[in-house]
Amino acid sequence: MEEHKPHIVEYLTNIYVWIALAVLTVITIWVSEFDLKLLTVAVALGVASIKATLVLMYFMHLRFDSKILTFMVLITMIVFLSLIVFTFIDYSYRA
Amino acid sequence: MSTNNTVSENHSTAVNHEHRDDAGRKMGMWLFLFTELLLFGGLFLVYSIYRFMNPADFSNGSHHLDVFMGALNTMVLITSSLTVALSITAIQKGNAKLALRMLAVTILLAIFFLVNKYFEWGHKIHYDLYPGTDLFKALPSGEGLFYVLYYFMTGLHMIHVIVGAVILVFMGKYISDGSINSSNYTLLENGGLYWHLVDLIWIFLFPLLYLIH
Amino acid sequence: MTNTLKHTDFYDNEGKPAWKAWLTTTDHKRIGLLYFYSLTVFFLVGVLLGLMMRFELISPGKDLVEAQTYNGLFTLHGVIMIFLFVIPGIPAVFGNLTLPLLLGARDVAFPKLNLLSWYLYIGGAVLALSTLLVGDGPPDTGWTFYAPYSVKTGTNVSMAVLAAFILGFSSILTGLNFLTTIHRMRCHGMTWFRMPLFAWALYATSWIQLLATPVVGITLLMIVVERWLGIGLFDPVLGGDPVLYQHLFWIYSHPAVYIMILPGMGVISEIIPTFSRRRIFGYKAIAYASLAIAFIGYFVWGHHMFTSGMSGPARIIFSILTFLVAIPSAIKVFNWLATMYNGSIDHKPPMLYALGFIFLFLVGGLSGLVVGALATDVHLHDTYFVVGHFHYVMFGGTGFAFFAALHYWFPKIFGKMYNLKHATRAFWLLFTGFNILYFPMLVVGIMGMPRRYYDYLPQFQVPNVISTIGSWITTAGLIYMIVVIVKGIRHGEKASSNPWNGLTLDWQTDSPPTKENFDAIPTVTERPYEYK
Repeated sequence: MEEHKPHIVEYLTNIYVWIALAVLTVITIWVSEFDLKLLTVAVALGVASIKATLVLMYFMHLRFDSKILTFMVLITMIVFLSLIVFTFIDYSYRA
Repeated sequence: MSTNNTVSENHSTAVNHEHRDDAGRKMGMWLFLFTELLLFGGLFLVYSIYRFMNPADFSNGSHHLDVFMGALNTMVLITSSLTVALSITAIQKGNAKLALRMLAVTILLAIFFLVNKYFEWGHKIHYDLYPGTDLFKALPSGEGLFYVLYYFMTGLHMIHVIVGAVILVFMGKYISDGSINSSNYTLLENGGLYWHLVDLIWIFLFPLLYLIH
Repeated sequence: MTNTLKHTDFYDNEGKPAWKAWLTTTDHKRIGLLYFYSLTVFFLVGVLLGLMMRFELISPGKDLVEAQTYNGLFTLHGVIMIFLFVIPGIPAVFGNLTLPLLLGARDVAFPKLNLLSWYLYIGGAVLALSTLLVGDGPPDTGWTFYAPYSVKTGTNVSMAVLAAFILGFSSILTGLNFLTTIHRMRCHGMTWFRMPLFAWALYATSWIQLLATPVVGITLLMIVVERWLGIGLFDPVLGGDPVLYQHLFWIYSHPAVYIMILPGMGVISEIIPTFSRRRIFGYKAIAYASLAIAFIGYFVWGHHMFTSGMSGPARIIFSILTFLVAIPSAIKVFNWLATMYNGSIDHKPPMLYALGFIFLFLVGGLSGLVVGALATDVHLHDTYFVVGHFHYVMFGGTGFAFFAALHYWFPKIFGKMYNLKHATRAFWLLFTGFNILYFPMLVVGIMGMPRRYYDYLPQFQVPNVISTIGSWITTAGLIYMIVVIVKGIRHGEKASSNPWNGLTLDWQTDSPPTKENFDAIPTVTERPYEYK
């Protein structure tokens, strides 16, 4: 059983993450002004995913906690994304 | 959670009740967060299917949302996530006073978010843009679905903001009475995890509802 | 607390009044028993509703109840049996009773949460049953609550749906508790691959409970909101898509089938080696098969919707995946058989129920492939074949595994032994009645009799009469079994701590166990089931 070593995320690290999140928010709003056609959804969700990853890794300490938690998060994501994909297999072939 | 009637011979064993299992408590919290993610996941699925079926209507609906308000609330939540994270760092370093202050800021930001949301909803309700009105019934069905989902998703999220804020108030109480301290702060970490989840969901709600025209 | 407590068993109330000691307990064994008694009550209510349905179907036309009452009967029978008995069933009762014992732990990871789960369960159950008494009558939608009918019917759907929501929450918390327990509280030396297979099955089950239940939770909430506000999420008139409701519903409810069956398989994997005196064949294969069933089981939900208007490619893919999930199930069956090969098999009641499980599950599983195949399903969808199929899996599978677990862990939990001879006779009565009850359903389904009607064409009568007679024999078997169990609890002879000579940790402690389960936390040095 892995031992839990407390890891302290420094004040400054947190603030850097916050700045990154803010910049990404501005970028995603700015980009939404342009008509990217098919890429619109991909870009918006892509940026959101980067933001989410930052929150998960640093604010939620995944990077510093036991690897099993990261593994569990990945499993959950895979299951959720698969649900979306399989449902879309139905809808995208509807006549 | 510990029981006192374990007899003395058990002191040699590492995994039993008297040993506080911080990692276990944290794992329990994460598992709970997964259920929250999939709760919203179901809504995301409904949203994406209906958007796929009614692309033009959804685009129109999303044009009527106020991007500025959405963006403002995004910044508010991101900042509140930061302050919770700072609060945890502070308690780990033994600075209970700073931890409390950061929590207070977080709760204020939560209230700010709610007030902002109140005005946003109020604005729409003022113009009769809610299910049941004649205006709403006259909308193309796809646009109706968009607004229904808008209310449902932001509403459910709002409930989570309220719950999260209440949890943080309790965390504040525990910090002040010393039961959360620099050697026992898993509870605060778990409360923080819940709050980050609220932020995490908004990170996806914002582009889905406000930005994808 | 004093050392004198050490050797009193967990039934000791420590001076508190009994009701208080039980209703505020955080002891996993007591909570397991609370679940056991409440589940039994709801199971019997479900049996009663089922008996009434079977009686109505003894001849064409109206016999016992009106059509609308019949609609309420099959809905409540489904809701009660599925949400109140089969889904919580083995994990909530036997998982709670034995998981910490099997892992060499003193309790589950979150004992208070465990008690909360039980209270949520009771709350949901009361809400579900009160749909019978209040408002505009019991829901008549079937347990699936399909939209748009569930949105439009005047019956008490909102309440039943909220009950299902609360029961789902209870199920989630149990899963969360077991996952953390298995990750964090295994005793010294118990590596993942030294865990008993029942623990593996519960682990896989808990993941499904955790990740699938919220989806149905939000779906049911949408139904309630739609009923109250008329917003048209699934109403085609208002732009919604009823098939999307079916997707969301089965995204939970198909994995839920594996919540029901996986723990049953786990129980069988405990019993077979113990009563064959043989090391289990293919331990790792069985453990991995549990995970594989859980994982693949997520992605087969579409096979409930072959005739709902899904697109062609989706139907083909879901059909293929359905066949894939049969593979790990078959691996388990073959491993059980291989374990018994050359073993010295002891036909005690737990083993009989386990063997009954294998036979009935085989019929259920193979008939499942018949409806899982796209072409045959178009013919058989919504016929009695489906009803027969899932009763073979749910009742013949999970139900018999539940009875097997009850007969297996009975001496551990109650510290006494039931009458083996009578228990054996009860098994044969139940097993015979079961097949007379459900096999004709498979036949009459192929003949084309649709499900969920209180009436049928005259040519279907013979199998229906046989089936109804079977329902009486089955009930007689159940009553017989219950009498044997109750007598065992009250007057049974004292059992030794390890009457079956099991090797897992649950058998290495007192019967009934002390409150703390073990005097000292044990250390494990080898795999379970190392017989000889």
